[in-house]
Amino acid sequence: MSRELFKFKGGVHPPEHKAESNTRPVHAAPLPKKLVIPLRQHIGNPAKPVVEVGDRVLKGQLIGAADGYISAAVHASSSGIVSAIGPAVVPHVSGLPDECITLSTDGLDEWIVHAPLDYRAMEPSDLRMRLRDLGIAGLGGAVFPSAVKLDPGATHSCPTLILNGGECEPWITCDDVLMRTRADDILQGVAVMRHLLGSTEILIGIEDNKPEAIAAMQAAAQKMDYAIEVVAVPAIYPGGGAKQLIKTLTGREVPSGKLSTDIGIQVFNVGTAYALARAVHHGEPLISRLVTVTGHVLRPQNMEVLIGTPMHTLITLAGDRDGTTGVLMGGPMMGMPMPDLDVPVVKATNCILVKSRDLFPPLPAALPCIRCTRCADACPAELQPQELFRFAKTGDFGRAQEYHLFDCIECGCCSYVCPSHIPLVDFYRYAKSEIWAREKEKRAADLARERHEFRQFRLEREKKEKAEKLAAKAQAKRAELAAAPATEGPAQTDADAKKALIAAALARAQAKKAEVAPKNVDHLPPEKQREIEEIEARRAKIRELARQPLETDEKKS
Amino acid sequence: MITAILVMVAIAVVTGLVLGWSAIRFKVEGNPLAEKIDAILPQTQCGQCGFPGCRPYAEAIAKGEADINQCPPGGEEGVKKLAELLGVEPKPLDETHGTPKPKSVAFIDEQTCIGCTLCIQACPVDAISGAAKQMHTIIAVECTGCELCLPPCPVDCITMVPIAEDLPHWKWKHPVVMLKQVSGEARA
Amino acid sequence: MASPFIIDRSSVTQVMAWVLAALLPGIAVYVWLFGPGILVTLSLATVTALAAEAVMLKARGYPAKPFLMDLSAIVTAWLLALSLPSLAPWWLIVTGTLFAIVVAKHLYGGLGQNIFNPAMVGYAVLIVSFPVQMTQWAGPLELTATPLTLAQSASVIFGGDVPKATLDAVTMATPLDALRTGLLQQHTVDEIMTQSIFGHYGGIGFEWLAGAFLLGGLVLWALRIISWQVPLAFLAGIWLAAGFLHFFDAGRFGAPWFHLFAPSVMLGAFFIATDPVSGATTPRGKLIFGFGAGLLTIIIRTWGGYPDGVAFAILLMNLCVPLIDQYTQPRVYGETKKTRAPPA
Ligand code: SF4
Ligand code: SF4
Ligand code: SF4
Ligand code: SF4
Repeated sequence: MSRELFKFKGGVHPPEHKAESNTRPVHAAPLPKKLVIPLRQHIGNPAKPVVEVGDRVLKGQLIGAADGYISAAVHASSSGIVSAIGPAVVPHVSGLPDECITLSTDGLDEWIVHAPLDYRAMEPSDLRMRLRDLGIAGLGGAVFPSAVKLDPGATHSCPTLILNGGECEPWITCDDVLMRTRADDILQGVAVMRHLLGSTEILIGIEDNKPEAIAAMQAAAQKMDYAIEVVAVPAIYPGGGAKQLIKTLTGREVPSGKLSTDIGIQVFNVGTAYALARAVHHGEPLISRLVTVTGHVLRPQNMEVLIGTPMHTLITLAGDRDGTTGVLMGGPMMGMPMPDLDVPVVKATNCILVKSRDLFPPLPAALPCIRCTRCADACPAELQPQELFRFAKTGDFGRAQEYHLFDCIECGCCSYVCPSHIPLVDFYRYAKSEIWAREKEKRAADLARERHEFRQFRLEREKKEKAEKLAAKAQAKRAELAAAPATEGPAQTDADAKKALIAAALARAQAKKAEVAPKNVDHLPPEKQREIEEIEARRAKIRELARQPLETDEKKS
Repeated sequence: MITAILVMVAIAVVTGLVLGWSAIRFKVEGNPLAEKIDAILPQTQCGQCGFPGCRPYAEAIAKGEADINQCPPGGEEGVKKLAELLGVEPKPLDETHGTPKPKSVAFIDEQTCIGCTLCIQACPVDAISGAAKQMHTIIAVECTGCELCLPPCPVDCITMVPIAEDLPHWKWKHPVVMLKQVSGEARA
Repeated sequence: MASPFIIDRSSVTQVMAWVLAALLPGIAVYVWLFGPGILVTLSLATVTALAAEAVMLKARGYPAKPFLMDLSAIVTAWLLALSLPSLAPWWLIVTGTLFAIVVAKHLYGGLGQNIFNPAMVGYAVLIVSFPVQMTQWAGPLELTATPLTLAQSASVIFGGDVPKATLDAVTMATPLDALRTGLLQQHTVDEIMTQSIFGHYGGIGFEWLAGAFLLGGLVLWALRIISWQVPLAFLAGIWLAAGFLHFFDAGRFGAPWFHLFAPSVMLGAFFIATDPVSGATTPRGKLIFGFGAGLLTIIIRTWGGYPDGVAFAILLMNLCVPLIDQYTQPRVYGETKKTRAPPA
């Protein structure tokens, strides 16, 4: 029963380099002394810390709670003490720090109490909340919170569930190895997905360069009580891209700007299915994953790694070598260079690829585009990369968008084939982030305009009200005057009144500050006392300075 | 001869009717040019252009009473956009109105603030919250960085803090590659 | 610099080298059938082009090495040389090449920026400015009594003292010239075709030359260096237009096969119209581009002031490229009617 497969346009055949790492057995990486767990590991709102520095946490304990619907929780990957909460370098090209929770592990690796979920008995929405709180997010690279993807919505149903075992990127083998060794668990996870989505057709797409994985999955599928079709798809990069896999398996295309659920299809990575199985059947949050450590290392292999483990410990474990020219997170086609090797493994880390001059020779200098359209022939999104490049380079972002810039999946095929060696994808990333920034700016400007206009309107109204009140008052006064002759002095102007008020406030504030000495400053060590005094002196001076203009003003008037 | 004239007249009449109809049908309310200009201006509402806010400046440009290069927060890029909209040559920013600064937000030292409300009255977008005699705070996301609250503060407790780049705001830079000056050097 | 970190082995140099290699069969046939004079023309054009390229790069502040290495200047030089009459005087070759490189290529912004095909610009300038010199074609060896040696060719090209009789004995009108002159003299196509210069399809020798270019072109297509759309549409345009005219009045219009195998058509179809820089980029656009160029070629050949129209046809179509591209943007993955942006 072989299924009719479809071909997506474009794609390339980079050297696979899978054999380096997929033959060695999987070991768990040893527990590091320090775990750095970023709060933003997924798409959506970052998690909110729920522990404090100094707290002792257990393995699997919630340390960052999901914030909102599109979010996922983060958990302690091992037991230990929270040693810091704050910015630390995260695995991101920019090298910018982000909020992280740092744990000093105690080596006990003591689990928190956890129990399997009876998912069939649970309300689907409760189950999804549980999964969100167990930190389940897509492990294929995009790290989209799985709970959101497992919601078929009120009107949609999701008849087709596709499990993505494509793994088309060169060098990476973690999904391959996972399927070989844990096929049964993966299918347990699929059962949960099927339950939540109500899917009737379950397809597992695996590239035909992974025969062992296909065999293992097929064997496991036999044992399940529902129909699963394991389909070997042609190995072509980026055949494991969600949209490409959908096209290959079903012949359908996800409409531009829509989600695959809109056409009744949902795609999950095999690693996500495995994490889901652990969560449901063991109650374990997502605190570890398989990571391929490969490239310029002595023993390329896959490891079971705790989230938060610094990357350099893994490279050391795999045997670091001289002549390293950099480290990528991910594969060579879409991976990102790491700013620092101290950065932790996160949920998105599928591969740590160590570069060397031999394996990854520096790219030659770029020449101008000769419009050969090889990029267009290779583009799986069927775009015209040469035009996008032209628009991005000249800053014509409007045209770039018209030419479907946002349908670009940043797969890198275009750069790969470009005879002029233009870093095309860099231009698209630049254009996209520029467009997003401008949109944000535009929104801010709109908000400012609105608020300004509202303020104008308010001032106008207040003025009118004041005028009315004054008129009424004047009327009353006139009436009063008519009754009794005036004895008051010259009427104060508004401004004078205000100044007096401010002066009074200043005086009061000063008095209050002098009066109310804070309670916790009794019995202080002398240097603290001195510090406080200095600050007080500074404050006094500022007050002094602040008063002067007012007083001089008053004198003048 | 007669037919030719008749045909011409007929064409003229028809075109005239179509034009007239579309003028009514697609009429835009208000002063669309000022509106469009205002959409380009950064809405910082700082008044550096010499007008009390962006809208009045936009109206002045639309009326031809002000030049397009008087808005420092908009920068050269803003001038370029305005020039494009109006179909004129872009020109360098008029320095007499100030120079562009990195985007900042105001920050009130809450220890020093005496709660005089003067800054609230100055803020063009109501981005300061606080009541009389109480400590005041800037609502950072709403602050446009116009600096109008700095001068009125009697205790000088407001400072401008440049917005530091963080992960959500990080942008990919324009790739620096190719051609001139690269002189055949390989890129890493 | 971010991903991807690996690239295919291809490079501009490689692309251009294949184009040059694919021209070799044509050049070999040229030498075999028309004598070695073309080698002089090719060398002269190559040297001129490289020198001009180097000077222009320097003047524009670009590094010379990567751009000279890309071989694009040599491709331009060869295409121009192969379009010129084989006994064209040296200054004609130099002027044409200089114009192609300096004006048509670099003044438009250099590699990848030129709107017009540089070789064709060079050719057009020459044929407009020096129509007489542009007819000094060596006849096929089969028809000339005493073929020129390499040295003699060189001396003709460099303006050496060659007796006029010798020269007249070797130069000949090309088949297209012959057809045109014949038609102007009110002969019918059939009468003209009886002249010795005409062979089975095109002119004697010229048919073989066309065949060799076709072969080189097919190699380029097999290597995916050129797409099938442009050559096919170009040839189809010529065949259909010529066939249409021939069908209505076989006496006044040449046969479609004759037009296809006239010199310059195969070269134009596979090597010149396929120039990526100045050609259309979308699949449908390439078809339109090629077909338009074919149609225009026949129109210019039939009603224009010059015997051959390939160069002008391609230049005219070059002009239309931005428009063609804009209106033939292909559908992208997942595009629906709603997301399709109107061409602006
Ligand atoms: S592959 Fe490179 S040179 Fe060719 S059209 Fe695309 S961007 Fe231009
Ligand atoms: S990176 Fe974008 S433009 Fe380039 S091939 Fe991939 S989808 Fe197409
Ligand atoms: S200078 Fe300030 S007030 Fe004037 S237009 Fe620019 S942002 Fe608006
Ligand atoms: S003007 Fe200064 S002192 Fe007055 S309320 Fe504002 S910040 Fe406080």
